[in-house]
Amino acid sequence: MNSPFLFQLQDLGLIDYQKGLNLQRKTVQEVIQGGNNTILLCEHPPVFTLGRLAAENNFFIPQQQITEQGIQIVRIDRGGEVTLHSPGQLVTYPIFNLNHFGRDLKVFLHKLEQVAIDLLQDFDIVAHRILGQRGVWVGKDKIASIGIGVKKWVSFHGMAVNVNTDLDLFSLIRPCGLDVKMTSISRIKNQLIDMDDVKKRMIKCFCDQFNLNELPSIKKNSKLLSGDTDVGEQFRVVKEKLNKEEERNVVR
Amino acid sequence: MNNIVLPELGEGITKATVAFWHFKSGDFVQEGDDVVELVTDKATFNVAAEVAGRIQKIQVNEGEEAKIGAVLAVLEPDKT
Repeated sequence: MNSPFLFQLQDLGLIDYQKGLNLQRKTVQEVIQGGNNTILLCEHPPVFTLGRLAAENNFFIPQQQITEQGIQIVRIDRGGEVTLHSPGQLVTYPIFNLNHFGRDLKVFLHKLEQVAIDLLQDFDIVAHRILGQRGVWVGKDKIASIGIGVKKWVSFHGMAVNVNTDLDLFSLIRPCGLDVKMTSISRIKNQLIDMDDVKKRMIKCFCDQFNLNELPSIKKNSKLLSGDTDVGEQFRVVKEKLNKEEERNVVR
Repeated sequence: MNNIVLPELGEGITKATVAFWHFKSGDFVQEGDDVVELVTDKATFNVAAEVAGRIQKIQVNEGEEAKIGAVLAVLEPDKT
């Protein structure tokens, strides 16, 4: 077996989507210039993201109603359709020099899926792929979504695994353009899951799948990085508003 | 061969969709500039210019598919 590749881990905690995206872009440039492969781990306040060619018609309510509640909708330079990021979902951005890993997009995507499958296996959850689709399923429900971008053979964007995610907001969209129900580790195990434990297991799965060794971490931060507001509180307020809006729509 | 060509992206990938041109016909690009973004199989992939030059003609428009090896744009290398 070849010597393991070194990588740097940055745990960003809960971070505003745009700030996380800016950090991804900065890290991509560093890796392009010869920096270490890097894994960014984080959670985001509620945000819907659409891939570069994503259809606009996968929202069940007008987008304006969503943005009016303070939830961003962002079109970004990844592949794939619309998805949701929200607290309790572990988002992993592997910023890897794919020259180390075979310069093959399919192989890379397949390996990312395998990381999620292995992680779930570690929680005694049997997960699988579906032929012709990307992502990871448990039974008929989807639990992990994948979408990447590549510049100079350096990857960015990545994978989102529902851990303790409040799944209600997924009901506003057709996730990944599919008529699929989303699930989470918490829902399957019927208990809240320790996110720090999931992160450790996720990193172990990445190391095994990609033959990686971790460098000393330069930043581990479980605190809110998104600025000055309490995003958890903001999320609760937004969700209450959306629920009321939905009730009104039903009454109409 | 300095044209902008759809490169090998991995085993079994035979085509990709042009998602976004970072430049337009007539623009000058530097070596290493990302010129066009492709989409395939839940991934976007940026193709960079191998040499500096002027984009003479874009041959595959946004939203259109092309096969691996196809010339996406003709690049006239900078001779200065």
